[in-house]
Amino acid sequence: MNPVNYLYLAALLFTIGAAGVLIRRNAIVVFMCVELMLNACNLALVAFSRMHGNLDGQIIAFFTMVVAAAEVVVGLAIIVSLFRSRHSASVDDASLMKL
Amino acid sequence: MENLIALLVAAPLLGAAVLLCGGRRLDRAGHWLGTLLAAASFVIGAVLFFDMLGRGAEERELHQHLFSWVPVEGFQADIAFQLDQLSMTFVLLITGVGTLIHVYSIGYMEHDERRRRFFGYLNLFLSAMLLLVLADNYLLLYFGWEGVGLASYLLIGFWQHKPSAATAAKKAFLVNRVGDMGLSIAIMLMFTTFGTFTFGPVLAATGETSEGMLTAIGLMLLLAACGKSAQVPLQSWLGDAMEGPTPVSALIHAATMVTAGVYLITRSGAIFNAAPDAQLAVVVVGAVTLLFGAIVGCAKDDIKKALAGSTMSQIGYMILAAGLGPIGYAFAIMHLVTHGFFKAGLFLGAGSVMHGMNDEVDMRKYGGLRKYMPVTFVTFGLGYLAIIGFPGLSGFWSKDKIIEAAFAKGGTEGWILGAVTLLGAGITAYYMTRVMIMTFFGEKRWQPAPDPDKAPSAEPGVEVHPGEMPHPHESPRSMTIPMILLAFGSVFAGGLFSLNSAFVNWLKPVTEFEHGHPPISAGAVTASTVVVLLIGVGIAYAQYGRRPVPVVAPRGSLLTRAARRDLLQDDFNHIVLVRGGEHLTRSLVYMDHTLVDGVVNGTAASVGGLSGRLRRLQNGFARSYAVSMFGGTAVLIAATLLMRGV
Repeated sequence: MNPVNYLYLAALLFTIGAAGVLIRRNAIVVFMCVELMLNACNLALVAFSRMHGNLDGQIIAFFTMVVAAAEVVVGLAIIVSLFRSRHSASVDDASLMKL
Repeated sequence: MENLIALLVAAPLLGAAVLLCGGRRLDRAGHWLGTLLAAASFVIGAVLFFDMLGRGAEERELHQHLFSWVPVEGFQADIAFQLDQLSMTFVLLITGVGTLIHVYSIGYMEHDERRRRFFGYLNLFLSAMLLLVLADNYLLLYFGWEGVGLASYLLIGFWQHKPSAATAAKKAFLVNRVGDMGLSIAIMLMFTTFGTFTFGPVLAATGETSEGMLTAIGLMLLLAACGKSAQVPLQSWLGDAMEGPTPVSALIHAATMVTAGVYLITRSGAIFNAAPDAQLAVVVVGAVTLLFGAIVGCAKDDIKKALAGSTMSQIGYMILAAGLGPIGYAFAIMHLVTHGFFKAGLFLGAGSVMHGMNDEVDMRKYGGLRKYMPVTFVTFGLGYLAIIGFPGLSGFWSKDKIIEAAFAKGGTEGWILGAVTLLGAGITAYYMTRVMIMTFFGEKRWQPAPDPDKAPSAEPGVEVHPGEMPHPHESPRSMTIPMILLAFGSVFAGGLFSLNSAFVNWLKPVTEFEHGHPPISAGAVTASTVVVLLIGVGIAYAQYGRRPVPVVAPRGSLLTRAARRDLLQDDFNHIVLVRGGEHLTRSLVYMDHTLVDGVVNGTAASVGGLSGRLRRLQNGFARSYAVSMFGGTAVLIAATLLMRGV
């Protein structure tokens, strides 16, 4: 199969993820969309790796997975504590940092 | 011998320092000290004069280097003196007439409780003027020049409790500053052109300098001379300067101050000789002032102001003569010296009249004083005959020579200048006769003394009882003796100077001299001068001698009314300079408010507005931050792609 198709898929996934981050209010969904974008990147990295016959991209994809796992741990913890204090998972409710 | 030169300046300076710092314990002897030191300066001057006479004409110049004032590489300013025939003439005039005025002031200022201070200022005045004429470079001359300005300010405003005197002093000072500016610019130009401002090198180097630069220097020097010598257009301070005590007027008008401009132009003769345009300007200024002062003198009822107009006019003669070049310098100085005698005599006479008349200055309230003040009458009368140029008296010899020299200028210019000087002589005869008749002849028009509450007396010490008629009396001897001595000068000085052309030969090595050749014979010039003089006297006699003089001045013609207001000089200054200055400052303030403040305030407002808008971006919504992040990234990526594509 033509590796370029994987790139199209990666772009599609990334776009969906980005749109989700910008549109959705629920923090969990936003979080998942971020993960989607990360995985789209991973897919693109792997596809490029395959196209150029170079393993560097695949190694970076592993790194990304590790970072994403760590981020999930911290991110979910923040979301849970936010939900506990505000009884809402909406990102728009947590707008305390404005002037 | 040359070591004595500094003493000439030092003696009156010491007097000024002691009298001004000495305090009240010197009140009783202060005036004697001041007079003594002025006389000492005169004696030193006389010693130096006789010493100078003993040497040949070419070896008469003396130099004394006191110390280096600013010893810097490429800029050498020295306190150094130069005594040549020209300075010598001035020294004798300043110290001689100055000493007589000191003596006169002892009597005149007797009732003034600040007499000690007055004498301190007089000494300061003499010292500054001597410094001016003895300096051997323009910078030191400038120092003396400023000193004269300061002393005149202090003396004109001596009765500072009178607002008019305080204003007059300020006016004199400010108008003089305009002229001083000219002198300082001239000195700077000299330094950039010649690299020095010592008389010798500067005046010797005029041959190798461009005419344009010399003209610029000459015009700036002329501006300076206009300020100090009260020439048009900087003449307006002279009339108001009459607010000072009368001896001050005599000092300013005869021996010091107004003669400084003539000295400056004569001393810088080499510059003017090489710059015909500047020389022409000098002549024009002299001619205009000559008529201006004479016309003003005709209309004034205040005896001192009439004499002030006359001074302006006579100084105009000198400036005109100095502008004629080598044919005129010597006569300018000769007229200056003879004028020093008779003008000092006239002013002291006027002071004596005021002394006897409860400080009344309005000539319409005098009349018939010759019987009551015989000495004043005779001395004033001799001064009068001298100033109108009555044949045989001092003024005749010097003024006649100037008129001849004016004709000798040649061409149309010569005829115009000759006619102006002749006309000036006629008007001089007219207004001086008018002063003479109104003061000493005719019936008494004395008025009772005014109520002091309404019109405060000029002198604080003099007791004036309201409603009391004046009792004119002859002044004390300390006042009459100087007047008598000055009358001798007014009568004989001119004749002595003209004997074998003594004065011209004396000044020749310094100022150069050429014989002018008038297009008409010298005899004809003299004859026409005398005729014009008689016409002037005749008109004045017909107007004031044959008819009674009204106590209240008649309305008069348009010209008379303008002349009473000094030919509208103050109105002119007010409209052109004061109003103009106000408009200029107002428009500058407007510019400052709109343009400069506009830029500053506009910058601040736009930064403030922009930050207000930028602040809205920080709204706390995570998703809007995300949008800007995405947008920024997209822009960066697009830019990178575009750049790589290129």
